[in-house]
Amino acid sequence: MKQNSISINNLNWKIAGEAGYGIKASGLMFAKACARGGLQIFDYSEYPSLIRGGHNTYQVNVSEEEVFSPQSEVNLLVALNQDTIDFHKDELSNQAGVIYEQEDKKIEITSLKKNNCQLFPVPLSRLAKENGGKEIMRNSVALGASFALLNYDFKYLQSVIQDSFQKKGKEVIDLNVKIAEAGFNYVSQNFDVAKYPYQLKHLKSSPRMVLTGNEAIALGAIQAGCKFISAYPMTPATPILHYLASQQKNHNLIVKQTEDEISAITMAIGANYAGVRAMTCTSGGGFSLMVEGLGLAGMTETPLVIAEVQRPGPATGLPTWTEQADLRFLIHAAQGEFPRIIIAPGDVEESFYATQSAFNLAEKYQLPVFILSDKFLAESNKSQEFFDPKIIKIERGALLTNTQLQKMRKYRRYAFAKSGISPRSIPGQKGGIFNANSDEHDQFGYSSEDAENRARMMEKRLGKLDQVALEIPDPILYGPAKADLTLIAWGSTKGPIIEAMKLFEKNRIRVNFLHVMYVYPFPAEKVKEVIRKAKKMVLIENNATAQLGSLIREFTGIEIDRKLLKFSGRPFYPSEIYQYLTDNFKK
Amino acid sequence: MKPEDLNTPHKPTWCPGCGNYAIWVALKNAVAKLELDPSRVVISYGIGCSGNENNFVGTYAFHSLHGRPVPPANGIKMVNHELTVIAVSGDGDAYGEGGNHFIHACRGNHDITYLVHNNEMYSLTTGQASPTSQKGMPSKSTPEGVLERPLNPIALALTAEATFVARGFSGKEEHLTDLMVKAIQHKGFSLVDILQPCVTFNKLNTFPYFYERVYDLQKEGYQPNDKEKAFKKAQEWGERIPIGIFYQEKRPAYHSELFSIKEKPLVRQSLAGIDITKSMRELV
Repeated sequence: MKQNSISINNLNWKIAGEAGYGIKASGLMFAKACARGGLQIFDYSEYPSLIRGGHNTYQVNVSEEEVFSPQSEVNLLVALNQDTIDFHKDELSNQAGVIYEQEDKKIEITSLKKNNCQLFPVPLSRLAKENGGKEIMRNSVALGASFALLNYDFKYLQSVIQDSFQKKGKEVIDLNVKIAEAGFNYVSQNFDVAKYPYQLKHLKSSPRMVLTGNEAIALGAIQAGCKFISAYPMTPATPILHYLASQQKNHNLIVKQTEDEISAITMAIGANYAGVRAMTCTSGGGFSLMVEGLGLAGMTETPLVIAEVQRPGPATGLPTWTEQADLRFLIHAAQGEFPRIIIAPGDVEESFYATQSAFNLAEKYQLPVFILSDKFLAESNKSQEFFDPKIIKIERGALLTNTQLQKMRKYRRYAFAKSGISPRSIPGQKGGIFNANSDEHDQFGYSSEDAENRARMMEKRLGKLDQVALEIPDPILYGPAKADLTLIAWGSTKGPIIEAMKLFEKNRIRVNFLHVMYVYPFPAEKVKEVIRKAKKMVLIENNATAQLGSLIREFTGIEIDRKLLKFSGRPFYPSEIYQYLTDNFKK
Repeated sequence: MKPEDLNTPHKPTWCPGCGNYAIWVALKNAVAKLELDPSRVVISYGIGCSGNENNFVGTYAFHSLHGRPVPPANGIKMVNHELTVIAVSGDGDAYGEGGNHFIHACRGNHDITYLVHNNEMYSLTTGQASPTSQKGMPSKSTPEGVLERPLNPIALALTAEATFVARGFSGKEEHLTDLMVKAIQHKGFSLVDILQPCVTFNKLNTFPYFYERVYDLQKEGYQPNDKEKAFKKAQEWGERIPIGIFYQEKRPAYHSELFSIKEKPLVRQSLAGIDITKSMRELV
């Protein structure tokens, strides 16, 4: 940025400090205050797997148009400790601002002098204490200070504070508002904010939510009529459990924390068998325990929705970081061969609608359906228009009514229907008695080791996948139909790629992007069609072995040898995708 | 309804003389005695000789995995608490592979009846030691004798806060039927650990072995209302082996404290008119 130009509504704000400093809560308040002023946000937080100490960061990318990923360059940094300066000084943009604790002599800012940045020392702790608060409330001071510097109306922060502390009563609300205001006034009075070149200006818009991929999955589940969730806590899937627990009274749900993941999945299967829509959620490690349950759902043809929110493995891995390395695992999990569906949404909106579809598909085809997300998508907040509950209707599939059952002479739960889908009864229905059997079984569900029956049952179950393939949506091609470079990716890498495409567009490079959301059964035809038309293809994945690439090879016979793979536990930044591709594919 | 009405086209596949036959008969007798509608009874089975019973009882059946009959049973009960839910397993199922589910179902007081066919042996896998095999007992996997001491299911259930803890013997079919009736009637988690001789692989815990030793607690005037006394009784195993109800207490069953099903079972709640507008507004 040039010295005198002003950048409006184009900001990357970052706050960092030790775990336990309230980084996450204040980051979310910043994001919501922006969203309430009609701005679009995408936030991203990094934190180690511990409760106190360590280094936590929270950054909010603010824009006038919809944003799908964080960016690497920081325009305003709030440093609650020295680590923040040391770790993030190289991320600062030209003319970036740094708000830091003025009275903490340990904060050494000489290293920043080299950067072309503006320093804003603020007595954060003193202002918190002078106004009747505790030291930890200096976050609120920093929020007020940030918005003063950004020349943004204080009322948005005030309204967010009011709502965030609503449950704690008027006194706590007033105190926090007062403290934030103290930070706001201090900056307004002590600095010439006009010299700081980043500003936020409110825009008119209808109200937008600020929510994570996890919350979108949970909301999608509620809207889909999911009434029962059984789960065992595991980062980064736990917020689904938390959110549904917080909503159980509003929507009459049963939320059961179980003794382990095996119990979680088999209990959800029991609930589905008994006739309600039920789900479980976990990360890869927990899913490792659930694997036998997946086979149980497959064999008994019981509908089941599983949200698998990936983190880097193997074993405990990097509990609070991100990776897309469980795709192959889910495709092959459990002994034997049986159908399953894997949906990997690319953003918050897709997380909501994909979850609704997952419940419909699970019941229609009587099989397990995965929502495959990851820490990056699942825990990053995005500003989002309200979802439209009318787009996807609840379709419960072939459930028999009591009248239908009474007309049957002898009900066969696993009848060899041409479609492979045999209508279900649920326990309690007269005339519907059957055996949901983990052993291979005959059409009634009784155990059977007959060779012909076995072969027919295998064909019946696996045949369902061919029909699923006809129904599921094709991958979407973003950008121009004709391009010099075609990118292909699945799941959450969509966000940074969409943002990188904005950079390509700005620089007049023609790039398009095929996003595979319905990953399994694999949409071979559409992928083949796009690859055939592509001049140059690049695969982008957040894993080490190019798992989508191996699926493309398996199902289309095409090998994509240009790959951008990242497996450091960190998500892609748009700038690094742009940089890599421009470096490697110059005309 | 007669017990025979619960038969299916499939006849039991157990060895002649197996202890499972009497348990099977007792279960059908108990369901008939309680006049339960078979379409309103769900039995969740584990894997093993006991689990194969799924083919021989004409109620709704869920034949789960080894060690896993309890979590699906809990799930079924929670979403439709008007059903009678029973779980059936063996000693390896219940106390080995499924030990974790067992103790948590006890403390949760989920209203299911757990019938454990305890033959102190893994039999469907042709004779290995189980968690309840007696110390020193030789088996195919322990030819020099089991080194561990046997797990005590009665004491474990008491420690884990179960509200109905009983032991039956498949050589006393009428007594067993009566125990099952009481266990099913009990509102909360009920364990019936059933001594069940395996005539093929267990040469130690045979029918004569138990006939010589078992006695009926209730016939000796034992009252099952004192946990300390129950613990003491649970330790008795040797020349005399007690059967009957060790302990019973009234405590609200898990589902009875779930607010979402106070009015009607979850499965009967309509999915029409779900409105997430308020939830979405909270996220603004």
